Amino acid sequence: MVPANYYLVLSAILFGLGIVAFVFKRNIITLFMSIELMLNAVNLAFVTFSQVLGKLDGQVFVLFVIVVAAAEAAVGLGIIILIARHRQSLNVERMDLMKF
Amino acid sequence: MLILKDLILNHLWIIPLLPLLGAAINGLSGLFGAKWPNKAVNAVALGSTGLSFLAALECVREFLNLPPAQLARPWVQQYFTWIAAGTFRAGFDLQIDHLTIVMLLVVTGVGWLIHIYATGYMSHEGGYYRFFSYLNLFMFFMLILVMAANYVLLFVGWEGVGLASYLLIGFYFLKKSASDAGKKAFIVNRIGDFGFMLGMFLLFRTFGSLDFVTVFDKARELPADALGQFGIITISCLLLFMGATGKSAQLPLYVWLPDAMEGPTPVSALIHAATMVTAGVYVVARSHILFTHAPTAMLVVACVGAATAFFAATIGLVQTDIKKILAYSTVSQLGYMFLACGVGAFSAGIFHLMTHAFFKALLFLAAGSVIHAMGGEQEVTRMGGLSSKIRWTYLTMLMATLAIAGFPPFAGFFSKDAILFSAFQHAPGGQFLYAVGLVSALLTAFYMFRLIFLTFHGQPRFDEHHVHVHESPKSMLGPLVVLALLSIVGGWLAAPSFWGGTDYFSAFLSPVFGAEAAPEAATALSVAAEHSLEINMAVVAVLTALAGLLLAFWLYLRKPGSADQLAKSMRGLYTTLLNKYYVDELYAAVIIRPLVWISDNVLWRAVDAGGIDGAVNGAASGTTAIGDRLRRAHSGNARSYAVWVVIGAILILAVIFWPLLKPAAGMVP
Amino acid sequence: MTPVLIVFFVLAALAVLGAVTLIAARHPIHSALALIVVMVALAGLYLLQGAEFVAAVQIIVYGGAIMVLFVFVIMLLNAGEEERTSVSRIARIAGIPLALALSGFLAAAVLRFSQAAPQAPVAASSTRGLSLLLFREFVFPFELTSFLILVAILGALVLAQREN
Repeated sequence: MVPANYYLVLSAILFGLGIVAFVFKRNIITLFMSIELMLNAVNLAFVTFSQVLGKLDGQVFVLFVIVVAAAEAAVGLGIIILIARHRQSLNVERMDLMKF
Repeated sequence: MLILKDLILNHLWIIPLLPLLGAAINGLSGLFGAKWPNKAVNAVALGSTGLSFLAALECVREFLNLPPAQLARPWVQQYFTWIAAGTFRAGFDLQIDHLTIVMLLVVTGVGWLIHIYATGYMSHEGGYYRFFSYLNLFMFFMLILVMAANYVLLFVGWEGVGLASYLLIGFYFLKKSASDAGKKAFIVNRIGDFGFMLGMFLLFRTFGSLDFVTVFDKARELPADALGQFGIITISCLLLFMGATGKSAQLPLYVWLPDAMEGPTPVSALIHAATMVTAGVYVVARSHILFTHAPTAMLVVACVGAATAFFAATIGLVQTDIKKILAYSTVSQLGYMFLACGVGAFSAGIFHLMTHAFFKALLFLAAGSVIHAMGGEQEVTRMGGLSSKIRWTYLTMLMATLAIAGFPPFAGFFSKDAILFSAFQHAPGGQFLYAVGLVSALLTAFYMFRLIFLTFHGQPRFDEHHVHVHESPKSMLGPLVVLALLSIVGGWLAAPSFWGGTDYFSAFLSPVFGAEAAPEAATALSVAAEHSLEINMAVVAVLTALAGLLLAFWLYLRKPGSADQLAKSMRGLYTTLLNKYYVDELYAAVIIRPLVWISDNVLWRAVDAGGIDGAVNGAASGTTAIGDRLRRAHSGNARSYAVWVVIGAILILAVIFWPLLKPAAGMVP
Repeated sequence: MTPVLIVFFVLAALAVLGAVTLIAARHPIHSALALIVVMVALAGLYLLQGAEFVAAVQIIVYGGAIMVLFVFVIMLLNAGEEERTSVSRIARIAGIPLALALSGFLAAAVLRFSQAAPQAPVAASSTRGLSLLLFREFVFPFELTSFLILVAILGALVLAQREN
């Protein structure tokens, strides 16, 4: 019997690590991957709660999250390819045109 | 006539409305491009004022036909409620009582005569329709003033006549001195009005209402303030009197009246002699119940009146502009009226108001006739020998001068005598006031006859070839004659008892002022002793007038040039008087310059430009500055955005979870 | 220490390790592989909780499709090692502390509240129950997600065509 909090704490840790990755990595593809990490952490929490509450709604939501992540990854990577070709670099610091 | 019974009494608004219509019609006629012919303007203006006069007469007839019980109280008509706020109600209420009747007849009657005169005098002037529009507007406001049944409506009329006065003084607005004079009149009046308004506020606070009937009924019950005590009623009366000094040109707010002579002569006659300037006297007389409860205020009124009478007379001694002489004479005579009110002889004051309206209007109109005859010349030093050339003008003006000097049986004698008699018996200080009044009477007689002799007698001091002296048209002479007749007979309404006549006038006004018992005499006098006192005083008054006449005759006719020698020998005094005691310059230096300086440097620079603009612009620039700082958050750096998102998320979570995260029992990890 | 617990800790450690590797790795391809490890570990954790369908979907879709896509793109773009450029000031100062704060917060909240949870597999077999739920209560979001995928396909097509 694994207590549910263990899963949730793990989810929180993974989420935090995802944030750290997002803040500190320079490659834009890595940034995307950190977002996927955060989404996965959230999925873990959903599944845990579905287990705790005894309903399957959480898992349905996980499915939806996965689908959305897939769509997002597809389009996002497409945009990344375009930008990378344009800016000749994958460094997110170079992609700062939308500023003051 | 049964259908028309009490027609006017029930529809008092007709009386002021008629001139208002005239003003509107004449005023709007100017909007439609094509100039109305003068005849049309005349018809409207004279018609409306004449009808108003007839309506006033009818109103008087109806009022006097009321059953005696109703005659003892004012007849009040309430038309609509103008202001209703909390317990305060100010309505458009008009009232008629005996005092109103006197004022009404003077205003409409003399006003109508002056309108007729003006059709002749102004016939060659531009802006004809505008002149009569303003004149009718003035009539409307003046009628509102005298017919008002509460202080608020009276104040509306008060301000309105001030407006009309400004418009008319500055009628020749292209002339800088005229427009300046108009502004000066309005501003100086405003200073007085400030006091008037404070007085009104105080009255409302004390009595809870500003209706005359309510205030006076309540005031009758109150104990009188003692002499020297500054109770509420005394202070209210002093404040109201401050307004009266502004409007009626007493010390120290008289300075606008001489300058107001820039206006056309009919304006000077109507507004600055017969009607508007008497509004102050009217207010004091109307509030006589309040004033009799405030002996300190009465004393102030009497002293200011006497002082002004003397002061203005001294200035009038040496002036050379015919209208300025008459202006200072007006200020002086108004002083007499206030002196009368101050010693408690209210009906004597109103009587002098009425007679003064007759002879002063006549003097101004005749002066206008002289100016017209001389082709615009106003300096008496350049006139002379006109008596044979403009007979009618000369004769009527002579009548008026005899009246103002106080010769019997002309009107001025009776009214002035009544005032001096009451002043003499006043305690305290009655003798002193009497002395001042008597000296002023001497000066009055002197400078008025000086005016007559310089203008009409002696050798002509102008080039007879250049100036074609001609008599005025009938439209101008007619009113002169009527007013001359009134100056002669007007005084017979109040012949004092020792002449065997009855004082009709005081009896007429007794429902308003109470039986005019002789003011408290310093010593108890029996009837016979009073009679002999009256006779003595009358003789003294006549002798004084005669002395003034003879002095003027000696200095200007018998030995012409002696006046100039006298002036040279008393150079300093002469110059001071000629420059009106430098009062205008004093005001300019002490009051106007500092005020302008403060407005310029403090109010404009510091408060407006610095403070208000600074605050508004500062808010804008502050916002811009803050925005400038904040926009640096948009670095384009996605990762710092993420940090901000996290910070926000933590804050939200903190807000949600904090109360729950506090150490609480029962929560098992 | 039950076996289940041991398995949990192993999988958990694997996941955390993968995440740390994702952060620490210099080459993006290493980060991608680390992420795959994380996903597999999570799939294992789902299995541990009795959510088989989700575990399978996780591996097939997430691991087999999305991560493959990532790897393709990394190779396509010839992403090299990361350069050393400066991190924004706020990130450097506040980044780790904030992340710590956030996760700490979540963890604390969670720890305060949850109780020992029943770990029995959910009533009704997972797949059957899921599909019933999906096509009955959640049919509308389901249709929406299919629409979303359609839009994503179109988007990807349009983006890919831009080069012409």
